[in-house]
Amino acid sequence: MNVKGTVFKYGDNVDTDVIIPARYLNTSDPRALAAHCMEDIDTEFVKKVQKGDLIVGGKNFGCGSSREHAPIAIQASGVGCVIAESFARIFYRNAVNIGLPIIESPEAAADAESGDTVSVDFESGSIVNETKGKRYRVPPFPPFMTKIIEAGGLVASLHGREEQQ
Amino acid sequence: MGMTMTQKILAAHAGLESVVPGQLIEAETDIVLGNDVTSPVAIRVFEEIGKKEVFDSSKVVIVPDHFAPNKDIQSAEQCRKCRVFAKEKGIENYFELGEMGIEHALLPEKGLVTAGDLIIGADSHTCTYGALGAFSTGVGSTDMAAAMALGKCWFKVPSAILFRLHGKLQPYVTGKDLILHIIGKIGVDGALYKSMEFSGDGVASLTIDDRFTVANMAIEAGAKNGIFPVDEVTMEYIQAHSKKPFRVFEADDDAVYDQVFDIDLDSIKQTVAFPHLPENTHTVDDIPEIPIDQVVIGSCTNGRIQDLRQAAEILKGRRVKKGVRLIVFPATQAIYLQAIREGLIQTFVEAGGAVSTPTCGPCLGGHMGILAAGERALATTNRNFVGRMGHPDSEVYLASPYVAAAGAVLGRIAGTEEVLK
Repeated sequence: MNVKGTVFKYGDNVDTDVIIPARYLNTSDPRALAAHCMEDIDTEFVKKVQKGDLIVGGKNFGCGSSREHAPIAIQASGVGCVIAESFARIFYRNAVNIGLPIIESPEAAADAESGDTVSVDFESGSIVNETKGKRYRVPPFPPFMTKIIEAGGLVASLHGREEQQ
Repeated sequence: MGMTMTQKILAAHAGLESVVPGQLIEAETDIVLGNDVTSPVAIRVFEEIGKKEVFDSSKVVIVPDHFAPNKDIQSAEQCRKCRVFAKEKGIENYFELGEMGIEHALLPEKGLVTAGDLIIGADSHTCTYGALGAFSTGVGSTDMAAAMALGKCWFKVPSAILFRLHGKLQPYVTGKDLILHIIGKIGVDGALYKSMEFSGDGVASLTIDDRFTVANMAIEAGAKNGIFPVDEVTMEYIQAHSKKPFRVFEADDDAVYDQVFDIDLDSIKQTVAFPHLPENTHTVDDIPEIPIDQVVIGSCTNGRIQDLRQAAEILKGRRVKKGVRLIVFPATQAIYLQAIREGLIQTFVEAGGAVSTPTCGPCLGGHMGILAAGERALATTNRNFVGRMGHPDSEVYLASPYVAAAGAVLGRIAGTEEVLK
């Protein structure tokens, strides 16, 4: 499983209020949420983002609210992976649960700049910044996490497991 | 190896003798909570799971409080989804407008959460109940759905930071000043993935409402939970509100902590967090001239009766400065009624404030007090992120009810001393 795309780089403490402002939480429709993703820190994001692109943040990415709408908005906008120095814990759980790949890599996060082309191989655990010509090792996703991501979320992966049995 | 208070509660709910930091466990949930923003997503996931009934209809709590009273047609639909689900599944602890309140003030008041409980809620401020000696933490909607189906949730056992409190807070200094001071010290990710445990002789001097405020904002330091030991103050509150059986857990004497901070409560000053992070703290004696447009007093952080009494003490016989909008929102119907009985509501209205029915509305920029571009609010709420209370170019300053009320009178941010002199 791989993704390859263009980096959208943000700083430390990207909070869930800027990922998806609360004024749009009167719906839980993923496409409606994606239309306002990152709006309060980057009005260009929704215009530019392409399927498979990456968001890269600093420390404590996704801090604040427990709203699952935040990773849902990122996922529905087409982003294939979020890389950060560290993640806020509720965001981390939520991202895994909905099948949005996220990776902690302080080095890759620090080096990446907006516009860089970055590819990630989840199973072997490597991040390649093609623009910078740099490669980073990260712990590969354990099989259960790959399954969740491939199935499109925790619940879907559980159903898949039942069907196989 | 000794265990922290949090680790002991987790072990007990996982049916284990002991746990260690980093261990993955599956634990039983005593209460599973959601609101009108997070429950609709959880209900969708619950339906995908395909279970007909929730694990225990008395242990699921749904409180429409974020966009309630219904802000618009879309939020009305979200609240309806909660209502229909609660009715279908026989969820008795669904609180409709008229009996509802802001969830984290309401659950303790209704006696639904108590010492020793393990509570998860699809709301980040679920950590509030640590004030009662419970383990409680925020999760997302998928976790809420899974817990509604199974009565269980998985956790990574957290390590902890210990805050040993000594002495006593000065007059007009509150739990809000204490927690802002702590967040200013350790930063918004200072307790990431960890527990914040409080102990020491200073705990006894903190009222239960102070403790709710402190535990409520543990998440603003990135913590998984904040927790207080159970003492006479806790027991008095629990006995007045809850008939549920409770369990008192204590940290082992040889419990291991990642860090220990000794905090002298006497030295804490009135503190304000500047935009756009709760860690940007300044004490009131170190604040330049900052005019404000709006003051918001309320929320799950500071909408309890003690908070309203403190705000009213400052506002009694004084007027809100012309050009400043004061909005007060009691956190629950019971608090609202008590405030009416005590004459606090009259004080707010006479001072020129607007009083709202309980709602999370203004705190998250939902409704009932949104800021325009360039406007500045002084609020007793918990977050001051970009766009939190409205336009992305607006600003929120966080403070205690005393300081917020003083700001309303002066039209700028200052300590209570200036008003009281």
